[in-house]
Amino acid sequence: MSTGFHIVVCGGIVPDPLQTLEPVTTPAGPGLKNEMMLPAILDPWASHALFEAAHLAKAAPGSKVWLVSLGPKAKLQQVMMSVAQKAPFELVVCDGPAGGFVESADVAEALAAAIEGIPGLDTSRLLVFGGWQSASRGAGTTLQTVGERLGVTEQFQGVDRLTVGPDGALEIMERVDGGAYQVSVCQGPPAVLGWATGELPEPPNNPQVGMQNMRLIMPALQKATPAKAGIEGVTFASVDLPRQRRETRIVKDTPAEDIAREILAWING
Amino acid sequence: MDVERQVMEADIVCVGFGPAMGGFLTTLCRGLVDAEGAPVVESAAMPGMPPQVICYERADDIGFGVSGVVSRARGIRASFPDFDPAMVPMCTRVRQEKVAYLLDPIGVSRRPRLLRMKDRAIRALGRRLPWFAHEAVELPYIPPFLAKHDGFAFSLGQFNQWVGSEIMGSGLAQIWPSTPVAAPIIENGAVVGVRLADQGVDKKGGPDAGYMPGMDVRAPLTVVGDGPVGPVGRAIDDAFGMPPGHHRREWAVGMKLVVDLPEGCELAEGTVLHTFGYPEPEIFGFLYVLPDRVASLGIFVPSWFDNPVRTAYRYLQHWMLHPYLWRHLKGGRLRSWGAKSLLESGRRGEPFLTGDGYARIGEGSGSTNVLTGSGVDEAWTTGAQLAEAVLELAKAGRSYTGENLKAAYEARRRASWVEAEARTAEKARDGFTEGFLQGLVGMGLAGFTKGKVYWPGVSRRVYERIPSVEAYFADRIPAAEIAAIRTECAQKGLSLHDALMDRAGWPSIEYDGQLLISHQDALLLGGKVQANPGYADHVVFADPQVCARCAEKVCVEACSGQAITVDPEGGAPLFDREKCVHCGACLWNCSKPHPRDPEKTNVEFRAGSGGLHSVEN
Repeated sequence: MSTGFHIVVCGGIVPDPLQTLEPVTTPAGPGLKNEMMLPAILDPWASHALFEAAHLAKAAPGSKVWLVSLGPKAKLQQVMMSVAQKAPFELVVCDGPAGGFVESADVAEALAAAIEGIPGLDTSRLLVFGGWQSASRGAGTTLQTVGERLGVTEQFQGVDRLTVGPDGALEIMERVDGGAYQVSVCQGPPAVLGWATGELPEPPNNPQVGMQNMRLIMPALQKATPAKAGIEGVTFASVDLPRQRRETRIVKDTPAEDIAREILAWING
Repeated sequence: MDVERQVMEADIVCVGFGPAMGGFLTTLCRGLVDAEGAPVVESAAMPGMPPQVICYERADDIGFGVSGVVSRARGIRASFPDFDPAMVPMCTRVRQEKVAYLLDPIGVSRRPRLLRMKDRAIRALGRRLPWFAHEAVELPYIPPFLAKHDGFAFSLGQFNQWVGSEIMGSGLAQIWPSTPVAAPIIENGAVVGVRLADQGVDKKGGPDAGYMPGMDVRAPLTVVGDGPVGPVGRAIDDAFGMPPGHHRREWAVGMKLVVDLPEGCELAEGTVLHTFGYPEPEIFGFLYVLPDRVASLGIFVPSWFDNPVRTAYRYLQHWMLHPYLWRHLKGGRLRSWGAKSLLESGRRGEPFLTGDGYARIGEGSGSTNVLTGSGVDEAWTTGAQLAEAVLELAKAGRSYTGENLKAAYEARRRASWVEAEARTAEKARDGFTEGFLQGLVGMGLAGFTKGKVYWPGVSRRVYERIPSVEAYFADRIPAAEIAAIRTECAQKGLSLHDALMDRAGWPSIEYDGQLLISHQDALLLGGKVQANPGYADHVVFADPQVCARCAEKVCVEACSGQAITVDPEGGAPLFDREKCVHCGACLWNCSKPHPRDPEKTNVEFRAGSGGLHSVEN
């Protein structure tokens, strides 16, 4: 009997959040100004999921990690150069648009189809990981829909910790309303876990891991098939960025109490 | 302390992804396969596979942290004969080019007497001088050696992204960003690879949480293109020395903005402006109008500008506010900001280009031409030349010895236009070491006589040029007052430049919140600067005691990111790597020599992570 998990991480790409983002209307619907020239990163929520997947796979011999991503091939290639040194995985590419304006049902359909097409995937050992939220314009429903489309009924969202028991049961700590946690136990895979931030730091760059990944990443990019995903049938009434007020001040070594006091004064004042 | 390190084998390991490496990898990847796409050379590291070519870049993206460019792009067009600027975002053809001499509209600039007389004459002639308007004179003629009429203006960040994507798409080379290289590995007089920077270390480099010693990547050929402040190139210089008579004493820091020009701005796409004369005569400026009403603009502050409080940022703001420019910029909005050191020693700063197991390309190899004001095209061409040489050697089954690389690479470079023009430019700017006007005359003489005539000058190390603050301001601020300002600034942990410039009569900058903003806001909003955790400080003071006694602290005054600051408690300056843009200005803007090498300063600039996160520069 095979051991270990087959972990599929669903991870999209988003514009580097440090860039200046400006919504515009394009012929293909809402978008960001100069979107194709903005540097992209793996969605930070999905990054946490990927790091957790790699950590789990390392601890459970026989496991394997896939990263399934929907995005423009050229951008995915660029992002992989930053991600591939972090954790071992095999890439599955759906060549299509990235971004939260794309209809989430279309995205879920493309991702589910790609997961079903993974050769040798054992669904009895399947864990579908992804981000609970998205740093892009995600609808927050994609991962759930992927699970439903795959027929995976054990779903957890806002996960911060996964512990595998000696009997293979999964103990999952989820965020719930009111800043509390809920701990659930399920017998084992298959399951869908939408990760919050998890508890792992970002791994260092490991060039050897990067080299190993790259042997499969480039062929995956080259044989990527176009995914049907778009905004057909969707109408956006208006698009705006969250309003923000920026007051930059850099201070060092300030006690937490002083910071808290200042924030309270700002809120009250 | 010896630590166990992972070791990886490759066929070619490359350091730094800039235009030179773009030229190298583009040319190499095309030559590694035949018309059917079959490899023409087999990997020694992985038999049966094509050669394993790996490039490591410090910045977090291959398009981060570089600069706006105007270039004749001869070498680039040789690589891409059908190059269309529409293929690259923020790229356009040069359609109009002007050189403008800026007068001093506020009377604070330090101008030689002759220049002041010239300014008075220009103003006296006033409207009768056809090219005089807005406190500037547009030169009626651009010397051919300076002109870029047939070239392109573009964002080097966007160009690098495009080139990198083409290279990666070939599948024949890997470019890894966010991977600083600490040093070359040198054994028995040969470079046998590189060592990556340690991760999971504290500020001083000691093991910390998640310690991961930097990997050794060994390869028969190391291609060094990490620029003039790159640690690998400089470590090779330390190990093998420089050719006789060669040194790196001429530098400049370029600081720039990318700006959304205001609606109604009359500057047309493809307009290129070069300025000189203001805010100080030694400071040159540029403005390139890119597509979509975006401009790339900035200034160069050279090493022969003998001001110990040489803040590029404050001068950049005064330059933008000059009436000749502000009429176009008022109402504009900052998109991006950045800074970079330029090695302006040209051919005289050329290191040994080749040795056993290594070759040097790009700006760090002395390819920048200071007469024509061109570096990207030259860098690209040197990379392409090395690739042709490497392919020749690989196909012939010859090893990468210094002798073979010299015959194959250096010979190509010496026979090319890069070398011919570098020789013309070699002494073209010597006059600037004597004075601004001498420098201008010298450039003209050298340019028009192909380098046969020039204005001679005595080369001095930067630290030998820098006067004391008291000496520089002797005619404007009494020493006692300078002492009081210094004490007050030190107590507040501030640099001197704003206080001294204010006192010297420079008007304060009225921030408009969108283009005229504080230095820190430019850093955060424009440069998006950040540093990855787990790396050591890369700016280190060789002898902190010397710093403690240093009165000028030019490193603080010149720091492009305000990452180096005065320690209110005394001693060596403080360094905050989370603000560092890796421009390397501190490396050469130091008024004290290195304790062991008179050609270096007391600042050591090592491998580090992070920096600018803007891809529009």
